[in-house]
Formats: sequence, C-alpha cells, structure tokens
Amino acid sequence: MPDQKQVAHQALVDRILNGEGRASAEQRARAFSNHELSSPLDTLIDKVANRPTDVTEFDLSAARGTGSTEDELFELVICAAVGQSTRLYETGLAALAEAEGSHGNAS
Amino acid sequence: MRLDILNHGYSRGTKVLFAMIRLFSRQPVPDAAKLVFYRPDFYGTLAKKFTHEAMRGPSAWSVADRELIAAYVSKMNNSAFCISAHTATASQASEDGSRVAAVLNDLDSAPIDEPLRATLRILGKLTQEGTVTADDMQAALAAGASPQQLEDALAVCTAFNITNRLADTFGFEQLTPEAFDAGAKYLLKRGYA
Repeated sequence: MPDQKQVAHQALVDRILNGEGRASAEQRARAFSNHELSSPLDTLIDKVANRPTDVTEFDLSAARGTGSTEDELFELVICAAVGQSTRLYETGLAALAEAEGSHGNAS
Repeated sequence: MRLDILNHGYSRGTKVLFAMIRLFSRQPVPDAAKLVFYRPDFYGTLAKKFTHEAMRGPSAWSVADRELIAAYVSKMNNSAFCISAHTATASQASEDGSRVAAVLNDLDSAPIDEPLRATLRILGKLTQEGTVTADDMQAALAAGASPQQLEDALAVCTAFNITNRLADTFGFEQLTPEAFDAGAKYLLKRGYA
C-alpha cells in the first residue's frame, strides 16, 4: 500500500503545479524549481526557498511593481515553498532507501 | 500579513467564520489559519490534508513527538511564529514543557529517547544543509528508529518546511502566549484537517 503521507503530499504538488491558477503553469513550475525566473521575482523566490527569514516587505512590493498581482505572488510563493520542501523530502527518502538497501531489508 | 489579500480578501462566509472564532476563543484568528482559508482550492484544502496525515495519521510517533518534531524543524528554520505555536502544542501534548525546551535548547543533552534524538539530528541536517546521506540514516536506524518512523518524520519535516517558509514570507504576526495556548488546544482537539 502506498504511504498515505506521500500520496497526500503528491496531491498538493500536483494541484499547485497542474491545476488552475492565476499565474501561468510555466511560472508556477519555475517558482517550484527556483529556476529561470526574471528579476525581481527571482530574488523573492530564491529567498522563499533558501532563506525565508530574509524576505522583506520590499521583496514583495518589488515583485508587485513589475506587474505581478497579489494572487499571482500568493501562488508563486506557495510553489517555491512546496518546491524546496519537496526536494528535501525526496533527498531524505532517497537516503533512507539507500540505507535500507545496504541493510538488505528494503521495504 | 504582507499580502493585502491575506488580510482582507476573504468571502463573506469566511469573515463570519473568523468572527465566530474570535468570539469563542476570545483570541485573534492566527495567520496560519487565515492562510489556509484564502482560496483553499489552490493550497489550503490539500495542505491541511497532508499536514493532518503527517501530524495525526497512523504513526509509531506519538502526537506529542510529532509536535516536538514540528517545533524542532521550525527552530532549525528560525521560524518564530511556528516555533512558538508548536512549542506550545508539543508542551501541552506531552504535559512536559521542560522536555520540549531542552530539545530546542540542546538536542545532544535533552532527556529524550535515542531513536527520537537520532531522528531529529537527521531532520536538522536536512533542513539546514539541504542534504542527508545513507550513512546518516543508518546511524538513526542503529539508534533504534525504524524505517517507517524515519519516513513518517520526513513527512512532518516536509510539512513544516513548507509552513515555515510561508510564515516567514507572508509575515505571520506573533501572538500572545495565551493565544498560542488556545491554538495548541485547538490543534490537539481537532488536528489540522
């Protein structure tokens, strides 16, 4: 039986990337992977992913100033937070699978 | 919060609900709750489902341990709102605030079981350095954590890495100790769903 926690996590990932949104699916995917966003959105999204306590009011207002709406920013910030956390999850699960495999008791 | 829509962009029905929460809890609606009520079809509904599964679904970790894991991950991210919220919840769940404080202050000397200590060590490294190895996992397995416990702890870690980032980006407002205690009571009674 699949792990219900991983199933619930994947459902969230699928929704924010592939469901309807105010930001384009392409922009959401870029925010999720923290890759190939234009300035100043790239600064905001990189902070969300890697140093969220450094995010300032200015980072959000700068992103608004170049045409992003608040609803688009809401979605892109969520995509960035879920994206980075998903990479951590995958890293942890892969290390666990490798450890279990080397013990010869992979489940 | 830093986006105006998260302060004012709610439907009439949701505003009524917020007013009821304020009335009955005699506390402001926490920003963590507001966030999942904003366009819940995009994030809130499935985020709550995942977080509830991680925090209250079947697991060998107790609810108190999982709340402690949430507080510890939040501490590793230096996420002020979530540290306070889950320190309060873990303390209420375990009825042992000093144990929670000891873990957050110094994991190595805290009075907890070795499997939990080894698991927290891994989650701290993953959260702060972005990486863990099979050797790290083997150390936790050798300390007595089961593979399923490690998998379950990674789900909690993921849920709180998401929430910590949103709390700090959107600027969740700190609450009074009384309000965090009221929130903790709610989370222990109703969970995250």
